[in-house]
Amino acid sequence: MLAIDVRNLTKTYTVYQKREGLLASVKGLFRREFKQVHAVEKVSFEIERGEMLAFLGPNGAGKTTTLKLLAGLIHPTSGTATVLDHVPWHRENAYRRRFSLVMGQKNQLWWDLPAQESFRLHQEIYRIPPDDFRRRVDELTSLLEVKRLVGQPVRELSLGERMRMELIAALLHSPDVLLLDEPTIGLDVVSQRRVQEFLRKYQTERQLTVVLTSHYMKDVEALCERALIINHGEIKHDGPIAEIVDRFSQHKIVDIQFGGSDWPNNLERFGTVVNATRPRLKIAVPRQKIPQILSELLENYQVEDVGVQDRPLEEVIAEVFESEPNSARGVDAATPDIDR
Amino acid sequence: MLASLRINWFILRTCVEERLVYRGDFVFATLVRFLPIVTQVFLWGAIYQSAASATLNGYSYGDMVAYYLMAMVGRAFSSMPGLSTGIAQSVRDGSVKKYLTQPIDMLGYLFWHRIAHKLVYFTMATGPFIFVFWLCRDYLPGWPDGWTIAGWGLSLVMAFLVGFLLESLIGLVAFWWLEVSSLVFIYMMINYFLSGHMIPLDWLGGFGEWIIYLPFKYLAYVPATILLGKYTHVELAQELAIEFGWVIVLLIANRIAFNRGVRRYGAFGG
Repeated sequence: MLAIDVRNLTKTYTVYQKREGLLASVKGLFRREFKQVHAVEKVSFEIERGEMLAFLGPNGAGKTTTLKLLAGLIHPTSGTATVLDHVPWHRENAYRRRFSLVMGQKNQLWWDLPAQESFRLHQEIYRIPPDDFRRRVDELTSLLEVKRLVGQPVRELSLGERMRMELIAALLHSPDVLLLDEPTIGLDVVSQRRVQEFLRKYQTERQLTVVLTSHYMKDVEALCERALIINHGEIKHDGPIAEIVDRFSQHKIVDIQFGGSDWPNNLERFGTVVNATRPRLKIAVPRQKIPQILSELLENYQVEDVGVQDRPLEEVIAEVFESEPNSARGVDAATPDIDR
Repeated sequence: MLASLRINWFILRTCVEERLVYRGDFVFATLVRFLPIVTQVFLWGAIYQSAASATLNGYSYGDMVAYYLMAMVGRAFSSMPGLSTGIAQSVRDGSVKKYLTQPIDMLGYLFWHRIAHKLVYFTMATGPFIFVFWLCRDYLPGWPDGWTIAGWGLSLVMAFLVGFLLESLIGLVAFWWLEVSSLVFIYMMINYFLSGHMIPLDWLGGFGEWIIYLPFKYLAYVPATILLGKYTHVELAQELAIEFGWVIVLLIANRIAFNRGVRRYGAFGG
């Protein structure tokens, strides 16, 4: 059963082009140049209920814009989308009661009041029955280990603690869809892990539909099975995360530890050297050449240990992004004015 | 309906709690607000002392002090510090999203938020207000009849609504302009003059004829002159009806601006 159905969704911004210098600023008072920027272009995808999808892409790729469209924050230029059978940008209360949007860099809680006050207000706004409210606050604060902090003003919490409180506020009304935009941004490793573990457990138990954007591949690998790679507003890949490396990387990493004083000369003939620190060599080798290169190394040198690994997901995805020129769509995609 | 009332009550309650967090700043700001009232009373004293006649445009010094104090009561209801700029700021930095993604009405939320501000302000300011009125008691006219007092009460409530709706409308312009500080500055200037805050509007003569068709006079001049007994009951009813009409017009304008603004909203800034 579909939770999210997106068809040819496009969002184009008209952006003022400011030229450099004072004279240009004065000229800009009378005549301005505008440019069309396609933040999202003809994007289509479907998400089943209970699925957890990662939305990957470099800064300005269109990830956050897509989330904003799904949250009904902005109207599309063209295309359609339904989330839980609602058109998001109609912003019906019936829809707004069924989803939550958490943005890692934005605060929804009352800054000067303890989080419990914000939770109480959420209880009223979302009309959560008192028993359910008490049970959920208890459960969520225990899972996220912030029970003792709910009475402390939000401004006095650390970033990690605040993010966990934001998650609690977002989940109090038991949404069916959770849109997460960089939920672990700026968090330390411990907090990142806590948030990851919580999301995995909670999503599995509740069969929540989650769309996650994150620059941390560890988040993505730990939480999602399916990923959607978006760049310059267009979808480049939609499928299992495991397929990304197979699809986009033509190389694997051969990791060899030589024995004795053996060390081959002219390492480049085997592939691209990733790391060469005697007695260990890491080299990126084209997939089809792996058997040939391994046999050559094993025949001619004393080898103590050998392994063949996929390249790190992060590296492969970075390569996919870098291989796409900015001018791919006939417009300059780099628009610092817009946080897409 | 009951659920909606409960939500508004909780918004109000939470806003009052928030308002009371920074006690020192709040108490200081509330008390210091009385300084301009006192200095203005002294200023009018100096003006009347140097004037050739004991009355200016039909107002004696006592009338002027009484008018000014009553106008200040109106301003206490109709002024909305930080409302427009607050809306603009939330549009600019993206924090407006909480109103758009949660099942709440942004204008309703801001309305209850403002009522909370006013309630706390009145709680703090009533004592000093009474003290200033007691000091100037010789200049104040006696209490008018019950209908006039009721009309005055109604005019203060509507002064709050007109003030709120005018400033929220300016704030909503941020959906188009992002920055509204210049607009707020111009509005404050116009408001100071056209609301009757600076001088009574009946001092303006011919110039004042078109001003009476604007909503600004309901922010200070009308509430002040109602209690000073300048209207017959029929005129009072007419003024209140027109003021109510302005509330409706401004409410519709706010709704249109909000709906169009949200359609245009680019959600910049995250």
